[in-house]
Amino acid sequence: MGIFFDLIIGGFAIGACYALVALSMVIIYKTSEVPNFAQGEMAMVATFVAFSMIQSYGIGFWTTAAITIVFSFLLGCALELAFLRPAKDPTVLGLIVITLGAEMILYGIAGWKWGANQNPFPVPFSEYSGIMVSGVMITEINIWTFVTSVIMMFLLFLFFRYTKVGVAMKAVQQNAFAARAMGIPTRRILTFTWGLSSVTGAVAGMLIAPIATLDPNMMLDPMMKGFAAAVLGGMTSLPGAAIGGYLLGLIENFFGGYVSLEFKSVVAFAVIVLILCVKPSGLFVKHYEKKV
Amino acid sequence: MLETKNIEIYYGKIMVVRGLSLRVERGEIRAILGANGAGKSTTLKTIMGYLDDQPDKGTIWFNGKRIDGLETEQIVPLGIAYVPEGREVFPELTLKENLMMGAYTRRDKSVSEDLDRVFIYFPLLKERLKQQAGTLSGGEQQMLAIGRALMSKPSLMMMDEPSLGLSPILVTEIFEIVRAINRDGATILLVEQNAHKALSVAHHAYIMETGRIVMEGPPEKLMNDEDVQEFYLGIRKEEAVRGEARYKRKKRWR
Repeated sequence: MGIFFDLIIGGFAIGACYALVALSMVIIYKTSEVPNFAQGEMAMVATFVAFSMIQSYGIGFWTTAAITIVFSFLLGCALELAFLRPAKDPTVLGLIVITLGAEMILYGIAGWKWGANQNPFPVPFSEYSGIMVSGVMITEINIWTFVTSVIMMFLLFLFFRYTKVGVAMKAVQQNAFAARAMGIPTRRILTFTWGLSSVTGAVAGMLIAPIATLDPNMMLDPMMKGFAAAVLGGMTSLPGAAIGGYLLGLIENFFGGYVSLEFKSVVAFAVIVLILCVKPSGLFVKHYEKKV
Repeated sequence: MLETKNIEIYYGKIMVVRGLSLRVERGEIRAILGANGAGKSTTLKTIMGYLDDQPDKGTIWFNGKRIDGLETEQIVPLGIAYVPEGREVFPELTLKENLMMGAYTRRDKSVSEDLDRVFIYFPLLKERLKQQAGTLSGGEQQMLAIGRALMSKPSLMMMDEPSLGLSPILVTEIFEIVRAINRDGATILLVEQNAHKALSVAHHAYIMETGRIVMEGPPEKLMNDEDVQEFYLGIRKEEAVRGEARYKRKKRWR
């Protein structure tokens, strides 16, 4: 029975990371209507910046985390301003190519600046000690990952529910034309959306880096899984993306634990194919038809 | 209050509005009537600053300030609100959120008073504040769209086809409210295809055809005009013999 609970705990921890990546993708997808393939690299670069601050400049972990969040916000805004805003009436395909280009640029910069070495990402939480709950060890790092993701989601929830800018963001997502008529500066909101998404991704990056290792490829797998989780949740639903992320983490971990460790990574995608066959719009999506 | 001077609007190479000059005086309801494709909605969108680089020619003035070339987000705070054609509510926001978005550009504290004012016009909205706008019926969405526009406390409200797709009873109700809003101080510029209703509330109306104003005047004058009667109000003077008579008649202004 011990292994069962171990798998649940591990699944929730990695699922939390997927959920955050999925959220960051959905936030952008809803406004720009493009799956942002640069999402993983944005988070990776932000994590590397955090790494440099801790390793090379000896800045404390919490200060670093705060600075990284600010940095990632600016990075997201800068990418939107530099790559998306100049594109006039782009097609979806054009937008995808733009995000792929941004992805390659960021990947190249990271490889040039930090090299392809695998670095350990230092966090003040132990991978080995933690609390014992009726014979099952919950490590500090698992608690940290899970709690951070939940806090992040809660903050996002509050932001989208109760702040004027958050509601305006939703308004722009749902009807940019009408949002303009309200005097909402839609372009500025869009830039801000990229910043917010980048922050969410950076938090995911800082959670993933201690579990995996830190190198320019580190976000490849989580980003694909996050994307899958977002599709699972319906691509346009924030709670859907979060739940999709946790589900995926759990399914993956159980499969790895009970069936086959080799095919652990594949099972996520098998699940997606299955879900898309049964409910193509995703599990948690609801749509209102426009009334004429 | 609002004045367009000889504006020309292009969609690509096609000239949609050809030298349009209209005025809206404070306290009035002015209507623009016309068939599909006459350029009515385009005119409103241009006034709102929706179309980049348009008007191609001519100027737009609001309260003595030139507003052509401004961004929409700069125009709204000046006191112009726009109710788009087909309501365009935010379907997954609650009614409350929809209304609050209408007040996005406002920084003052009296927003909640205006919320109450909207509920006086549309008591129905008050009962459903927590409901998502997408669950409303078409007529309710139109009320929400008008209420949302009122939240910016506009001195000029521009409405694009508020009667579109509504039942006759609802149309009457909406126009009653339009009149009430006007009585309470807002100036209204109304674009309509429902000429009967529009002329019944307007103080002054323009008739637009293929991008220009072909006739204007107080509603009594227009309603008594033979061409308007036949082509806009559907009152047929002469009996058509095998349907041919209709095609033979020419409008005077062409």
